[in-house]
Amino acid sequence: MSNVKTLPSWRALTQHGVMAQANHDEVARLNVLTHLNLHLSSRVIPGLRQVYEKHVHPAFVKDHGREPETRHEVRKVMMEDGYCQLWSALRRNTMEMRHQTGRAMVLRQAGVLSNKVEQLNKGCDTLQLDPKIEVPANINQVDIHCQPGCYYQEYFDQDVTVAASYDVGLFVTTAGLLGALSDGGGQAIANWLKTEHPNFKPKRILDLGCTVGHNAVPLAQAFPDAEVIAIDVATPCLRYAHARAKSLGVDNIRFVQANAESLPQYADESFDLITSAMFWHEASHQMLPKALKTVQRLLKPEGLTIHLEQPQYHGKSVFEQFMRDWDTYYNNEPYWGPMHDLDLAEQLDKAGFDGSAMFEIGVVAKVDEKIFGKSAAGDSGEDYGRAPVWNAFGIWKNKQ
Amino acid sequence: MTSTNTSTHKTSADIDILDLAGTKAKGQRPYFLADKQVEQVLSIAMAVATELAVTRERLASLEAVLTEKGIISADAIEQFAPSAKHTAARSLDTQEYLARILRIVQQDKEEISQDDKSMEQLQRELTQTD
Repeated sequence: MSNVKTLPSWRALTQHGVMAQANHDEVARLNVLTHLNLHLSSRVIPGLRQVYEKHVHPAFVKDHGREPETRHEVRKVMMEDGYCQLWSALRRNTMEMRHQTGRAMVLRQAGVLSNKVEQLNKGCDTLQLDPKIEVPANINQVDIHCQPGCYYQEYFDQDVTVAASYDVGLFVTTAGLLGALSDGGGQAIANWLKTEHPNFKPKRILDLGCTVGHNAVPLAQAFPDAEVIAIDVATPCLRYAHARAKSLGVDNIRFVQANAESLPQYADESFDLITSAMFWHEASHQMLPKALKTVQRLLKPEGLTIHLEQPQYHGKSVFEQFMRDWDTYYNNEPYWGPMHDLDLAEQLDKAGFDGSAMFEIGVVAKVDEKIFGKSAAGDSGEDYGRAPVWNAFGIWKNKQ
Repeated sequence: MTSTNTSTHKTSADIDILDLAGTKAKGQRPYFLADKQVEQVLSIAMAVATELAVTRERLASLEAVLTEKGIISADAIEQFAPSAKHTAARSLDTQEYLARILRIVQQDKEEISQDDKSMEQLQRELTQTD
């Protein structure tokens, strides 16, 4: 067993001021599920390629007299294979168990958490809720990534359950690779800016779809003189995010309930930097172009917009596309596939940017020594969408 | 469109924690194995496996603490008779335990009365342009 790497415990996460408290068995349960995810990604997933190459692909070619041309053709035949079915059943079930575990833990202390959040938020004008904001169509008919209540449901007045449970569970699905504050995404953007564009000093930053604010906080810390505006449509997330940031001593973020499709309260060309993390794949064909147009309108000349996402499907083998597309159908992410099929440069063009100036970079979350120790390296198995290796796409506005 | 302001006028004391913890995510639940009930049994087995791992960890913690402090022998545990208070606490633990390992049955029940859409159906709706 000596060559088997050990995982950090959920206990290693930073206990910020509104983190749900876990008892002994809850920690054990979260850790078992984290290990189960790792087991599936590092030991079960590699078998899928073998199944495809040895059985499924040859049978397809034999039956059709040609190669499979799309990921949908691959999906149809792979999902008839027993091994793929068993892996799928286990993966779906592990996701559901992760939600039940996080929710049970949060719900038993829901009143206490909601009071803590209320105390921290009391009298602050940096939390701006707007009851007129409606839950948009892209999230109101499906609980994204099998998260009951999605980002917005409230079970009692001032409830923050769905947000607190989301925060608790990020560790489980990423095996800790997002770091002690699950903020690897925001840190990756901040580090890239500091390294590659040290002279870029944004004064006003907009973060779209901020959920619990875990990626806005590192940006606010990296640019302490900047005003960060983090928007989301979901009330419990915003309440929780504001209190969470405040408990971490961050006071330059304004959390605003707003829909990225249209932000009439902000003037044209009023932001230097507009970011998002894992936001667009939860959008829709109606919403995405409107939101990109808004980004274009709000961005100052020579401003930057950059977005963390999974890589687009274009240029990937149909098998890899199938693997990456699993979440679309089986993890309640119906827009994941369509978003990853888009020509992003074309979308930026339509939004009023010069799409030919779009850049794409690989961004890797820094392994957090706080929880992994100094020697750890992130060499776990390819997880087709779960490991924190992102594709970031971005564009500078009218930069000469 | 649903309003985010789903003000329920409930307090945290009014919620059913067991039901809410295991509630189903909106969106039709896919099944992967040839037999749906076999897959449900798999789900139960995985939950039981998780709980067994949790129990093993708790026992390991307990043994470590007790050994460190030099407190007990195996015989002391054999002789232990739970009090009424302990018995009541165990009953609650067991109910929570069963709600966890039988979540799949609860969710199947919930799906019967919900009108969830499939990902294919939602994808068609979400990819319609204006």
